[in-house]
Amino acid sequence: MKRAMGIILTGGKNNRLKELSMERSIAAVPFGGKYRAIDFTLSNMVNSGIVNVGVMTQYSIRSLIDHLGSGKEWDLDRKNEGLRIFPPYLSELGTGWYRGSADAIYNNLTFLERSDEEFVVIANGYAIYNMDYGPMLEQHVDKDADITIACRALDDLTENDRKTLGLVEIDDDGRIVEFKEKPLNPAGRYGSMGIYIMKRKFLIELLQDSAAKGYTDLVMDIIIRSLNTLRVYAYIFNGYWRPLNSIQLYYRANMDLLDPKIRRELLMDRRKIYTKVKDEAPAKYNEEASVKNSIVADGCIIEGTVKNSILSRGVRVMKGVHIRNSIILQGSSIGEGARLNYCILDKGVTITAGKTLNGDQEWPLIVGKNITV
Amino acid sequence: MARKEIIALLLAGGQGSRLGVLTKHIAKPAVPFGGKYRIIDFTLSNCINSNIDTVGVLTQYQPLKLHSHIGIGKPWDLDRRNGGVTILTPYQRKEKGEWYSGTADAVLQNISYVEELSPKYVIILSGDHVYKMNYYEMLDFHKKKNADATISVIEVPYEEASRYGIMNVTENGKIYEFEEKPEHPKSNLASMGIYIFNWDILKKYLLKDHENPNSEHDFGKNVIPAMLNDGRNLYAYKFVGYWRDVGTIQAYWESNMNLTDRIPEFNLFDPYWRIYTPNPVYPAHFIGETGKVEKSIVAEGCIIYGTIRNSVIFPGVTVQEGTVIQDSIVMSDTFIGTNTEINCSIIGENSVIGNDVRCGVGEFAENRFNPKIYNTNITVIGSNTVIPNGTIIGRNVVIDNYIKPQDFTSNVIPSGGYLIKEGG
Repeated sequence: MKRAMGIILTGGKNNRLKELSMERSIAAVPFGGKYRAIDFTLSNMVNSGIVNVGVMTQYSIRSLIDHLGSGKEWDLDRKNEGLRIFPPYLSELGTGWYRGSADAIYNNLTFLERSDEEFVVIANGYAIYNMDYGPMLEQHVDKDADITIACRALDDLTENDRKTLGLVEIDDDGRIVEFKEKPLNPAGRYGSMGIYIMKRKFLIELLQDSAAKGYTDLVMDIIIRSLNTLRVYAYIFNGYWRPLNSIQLYYRANMDLLDPKIRRELLMDRRKIYTKVKDEAPAKYNEEASVKNSIVADGCIIEGTVKNSILSRGVRVMKGVHIRNSIILQGSSIGEGARLNYCILDKGVTITAGKTLNGDQEWPLIVGKNITV
Repeated sequence: MARKEIIALLLAGGQGSRLGVLTKHIAKPAVPFGGKYRIIDFTLSNCINSNIDTVGVLTQYQPLKLHSHIGIGKPWDLDRRNGGVTILTPYQRKEKGEWYSGTADAVLQNISYVEELSPKYVIILSGDHVYKMNYYEMLDFHKKKNADATISVIEVPYEEASRYGIMNVTENGKIYEFEEKPEHPKSNLASMGIYIFNWDILKKYLLKDHENPNSEHDFGKNVIPAMLNDGRNLYAYKFVGYWRDVGTIQAYWESNMNLTDRIPEFNLFDPYWRIYTPNPVYPAHFIGETGKVEKSIVAEGCIIYGTIRNSVIFPGVTVQEGTVIQDSIVMSDTFIGTNTEINCSIIGENSVIGNDVRCGVGEFAENRFNPKIYNTNITVIGSNTVIPNGTIIGRNVVIDNYIKPQDFTSNVIPSGGYLIKEGG
């Protein structure tokens, strides 16, 4: 699919994921024991044959830039094309911070102009899914659409989840006739996945036109306003998909990995999910370890009891510890006899011996980065 | 190009024939070790951790796996414009092509590689050992002693000393005598096969050794004794720490098992001395509701529904419900069915062990295929082999690589038995 180039949007400043997104872009949030959210969209692009990818970044980008590096884990360290990262910049024309998704792309119009792929796939970098964009592009061409938006039935999401999404109404031909961004009363069956395909030249024109009008947001200002004038079509995706739009979604999407079927679809597929490699030793279990229904990454040393949980790289679980229903991020250490239930520990957290932390299934307790409890 | 002070030549051409089927299709340095590594990773990681960024890897025996493993040296940060890793295989010359006939000959045949880099020092390493060592400290010692050559040695128990090349040294570490496998050892300082030479001197001796028709062209047997004869300054550098030649089935198994100790003597978790290897693309491993893992190491991509005890499990291994694996090593991507029992076994990569299999059961019996190699309680199953459901396999059994169900004539292979393809 060298017909298309890719643009990944990493989101503006928000505290949707509370402490987890305070110091990092939401696309850089750790997920599933060894990944970061952006790995999914980026790997999807690479697995769909897209090798010219720009990542628009704005907020707390250090961890994201550190993670992506030269793109070699995704085979995107290329002489031609490859991975490019676009943080905001200042120039004579005085741009500075991106004011929205459209503004971010418009500020890097040169990237679009200098590329020569016919199509652009724009996708956000904070959803968990394994998708081939190829069939979506085929449908886009078949329907002779101006814009195709990937959509998905939201039957398996809660009402609160839906309130964080863009909901669409689709006519019999698959054309999107209505689009409501983050509605208070989420009605309708389908939601936008935040994945758009259009012709590169068309996008350039669209952005130039919008900039002249002072429009800055791709969805609110451009797509919603042009439903009547442009041919905007839905492409229905039926696979697993979770946007990390709230702590609840983040928690549940992590826990979903304990389901063999979902794990297989997301992570054990022929289309692999790539991530930055850390050279950790395989996990080590000592005599007292008891681990059930859990995911454990390399570099962990376990001497306690772990159930229904996800341990990222390099986590230490000392003797007598009980961890249940929790997500422990990289390099955290749980001291002897501590008990955790429904907790999310960010990177480098230390839980001292004997502590008990209890969260709730709907509101897991979050402990911020490098905090000692 | 900036001149390098020291470059490494890593001898990785050995077969390691005492590892039996494990080295039938791959060279010993490429044998998997420690739950995700291959043996050569330890030496390559030592190089980069010691700040040696130019490494020539000399390969000869079954090099395919080794070559693809090393690639351009990326995992070790050895993909360099200036230096980096270079694979050196025997090659055809104007007159004739020649295989490497010994360790010294291997280096001699690559004189032009070294000359081009013209380093002051050359460190000769082997890709057969598991250890962590800072070669720069050895170089500092070499310089301080103003030595022509420095040989790294390790103290071994006196009763085992007659199995090694032994250095007899004066009080300040100068070597006055080298004895290869002496019957009555005078010292217990065994050569680790790690040498630092001043390149100009080594070159002279290599050329001289090449002309000697009686030489076996071996560093230990020929080059070092020749230098000693000439009264050269040779020093022994004492290494203290974990060092294993995992050259036999028993040593290989034990050394892997050591890693499951509560505080292993050989620590893979040292953040200041990481061991690098190409990382397979796998998710973190999963332990199911029925899974149980104790005193073991488990790599990424594994799916464990059975019980693992005192074992080393490589990436991508699946262990189904009701199965118990004990005191064993299971290499990458092997699938183990339900209600199977595996005891004290080594199972190669990409194999399939069926349901209701019992492996490593019964009493020890002498191996009928090759008792010199297979002489312990350990059963060895090769890579890409399929063991049918219900098979019963005793102890000290060897089953070849690429065995398929139709190769079995019985569903019982008693202790000491074997299943080897022709030409094995």
